[in-house]
Amino acid sequence: MKTTRMKTKVLTANRLTDGISVWLGANGEWTTSLRDAFLARHEDAVAAIEAAGQQALADNRVVDVNVIEIEETESGPRPYRLRERIRADGPTIDYTPAAAARVSQAA
Amino acid sequence: MYRYDEFDHAFVEARVNQFSDQVARRLSGEISEDAFKPLRLMNGVYLQLHAYMLRVAIPYGTLNGRQMRKLAHIARTYDRGYGHFTTRQNIQYNWPALSDMPAILKELAEVEMHAIQTSGNCIRNVTADHFAGAAADEVADPRPYAEILRQWSSVHPEFSFLPRKFKIAVTGSERDRAAIQVHDIGLQLKKDEQGRLGFAVWIGGGQGRTPILAKKIRDFLPEADLLSYTTAIMRVYNLHGRRDNKYKARIKILVHETGVEQLSAEIEAEWAHLKDGELKLPDADIAAINAYFAPPALGPRAEGWGELAAWKKSDPGFAEWVGRNVAPHRHPDYAMVTISLKPIGGIPGDASADQMDAVARLAEEFGHDEIRITHEQNLVLPHVALADLEPLYRALLTDGLATANAGLITDIIACPGLDYCALANARSIPVAQEISNRFGDPKRQAEIGELKIKISGCINACGHHHVGHIGILGVEKKGAELYQISLGGSGDENASIGQITGRGFEPGEITDAIETIVDTYLANRTGAEESFIECYRRIGADPFKAALYSSEAEAA
Repeated sequence: MKTTRMKTKVLTANRLTDGISVWLGANGEWTTSLRDAFLARHEDAVAAIEAAGQQALADNRVVDVNVIEIEETESGPRPYRLRERIRADGPTIDYTPAAAARVSQAA
Repeated sequence: MYRYDEFDHAFVEARVNQFSDQVARRLSGEISEDAFKPLRLMNGVYLQLHAYMLRVAIPYGTLNGRQMRKLAHIARTYDRGYGHFTTRQNIQYNWPALSDMPAILKELAEVEMHAIQTSGNCIRNVTADHFAGAAADEVADPRPYAEILRQWSSVHPEFSFLPRKFKIAVTGSERDRAAIQVHDIGLQLKKDEQGRLGFAVWIGGGQGRTPILAKKIRDFLPEADLLSYTTAIMRVYNLHGRRDNKYKARIKILVHETGVEQLSAEIEAEWAHLKDGELKLPDADIAAINAYFAPPALGPRAEGWGELAAWKKSDPGFAEWVGRNVAPHRHPDYAMVTISLKPIGGIPGDASADQMDAVARLAEEFGHDEIRITHEQNLVLPHVALADLEPLYRALLTDGLATANAGLITDIIACPGLDYCALANARSIPVAQEISNRFGDPKRQAEIGELKIKISGCINACGHHHVGHIGILGVEKKGAELYQISLGGSGDENASIGQITGRGFEPGEITDAIETIVDTYLANRTGAEESFIECYRRIGADPFKAALYSSEAEAA
């Protein structure tokens, strides 16, 4: 029977205190960079990060815990879903006030 | 404008203390997220993609300079230096920490503001015409009635756990600037034959995944009966509104499934018990609330007429801004000024803390200390003397707030979309920015004339796409963004729901598609006096569909 290789997964959540997006790192700590996330490449690893997520939720460290699928690229992990890419990279727009003022004065 | 009395102060302070305690207990782990979530939502705190979001109520979109300055201070101190004004006349902060919420709400309470009932299945912040109390065509100021509804609905025990959220809008004139026909209850102030003040009452309008226009259930409701009749509507809805399916829980579905005649009869029967009871508004109470909204003393400033003409002649940029963003006030020496939050290529509805401070200062200097938020995500100074327009314009120019595009194609409504929102399926803001840049040339915009583009990043329709002359809905298809176009929507007194043109467009195609639609309009209009929506209603969707999809038809 032909088997397809499992897609690599990472665990993501939002930090309880400030809501900032975080990913579970290899050292068991939550990191604000997807690049530092622990990559779960097989079922046992996925089960382990799921358990870690439930524990962190129970410990009131994070909220909205989800396992997401990523692609391993040369520049690091890249989520398949745009939503998760935006969570990892921030808004795709230049939202800082200085930029807004620049634009309007140029117009 | 309205000032808190002792009861209001105590009420808001009690809520700040209560929620501060709830936040502390959440952070200490004493209460779980499941228990906390409904509590935070009752206080306007959402969790978005990147952070928490706080939605602050701006009742009927009215605030003063001190309040605006506080909003700027919060943006600067607790957020990233900006805020986003919404289609419900509120402001949202995109990056506040949960641990800062108690401090933010305490600061808001200092200027008589809060975030109560900006979320949850309750009666939300009541919205109103942004030109209230100033418009030349107004029958009466809608804000006193919005305020009466606010006081009555705040933590109303019977209506705090409705089947779904509930939105009420009030407009003060025939010309509907509050989009009342797409609200759960829409109220239009009017006078009867005897000159008595009252309301035409509409129910069951809404957007979202099932857009439906409201039905008028009463042509004239005397003002004294506002609360008793609204209570009757709420009771019938609370009893029969569906709680089994959140997508069918709004009153629009109840109206649609029950039929307006039967539902009206039930409301009238309920009202019969209520109309002469304690909810009948005493004249003295109506007068007391109205007194809070007494217009500022606007002295004669006739010198502005001559000066305005001279300034317009000497500065084409000023003349263009006056032509687009300045509307007649009921006092002939004054005007209502729209401050566009739609700079070309900018983010619709966003304002920096510095811009908020600037608007606060200018409102105090030139605008009798009144500011309005429009449901089209702009700001308004409703009482500016013609003689002060030129210095106001100069000041706005230096703060990047003088874009002369009110009502034009670049005055786009857009929800935060997938750049921020946890519900979104596609981005809205970059689409708005690209369209704005494409049509940013002032001459081109002026040639196109009034055209309202509204963009939502998901089916919930916060960007009001159903009532856009051109509506854009972002969806996710096979993991990628796709944008559906609808045409012919309108949110005014001639309200209509836009019709989808056909297959959607990829992000790289959507601006070209909009340009095709605009070109089709320009080629088909009888002249510059026929606006886009008038032209669309005359010629229908077919010429636009043909232009959008003709190459596909040929290929097939």
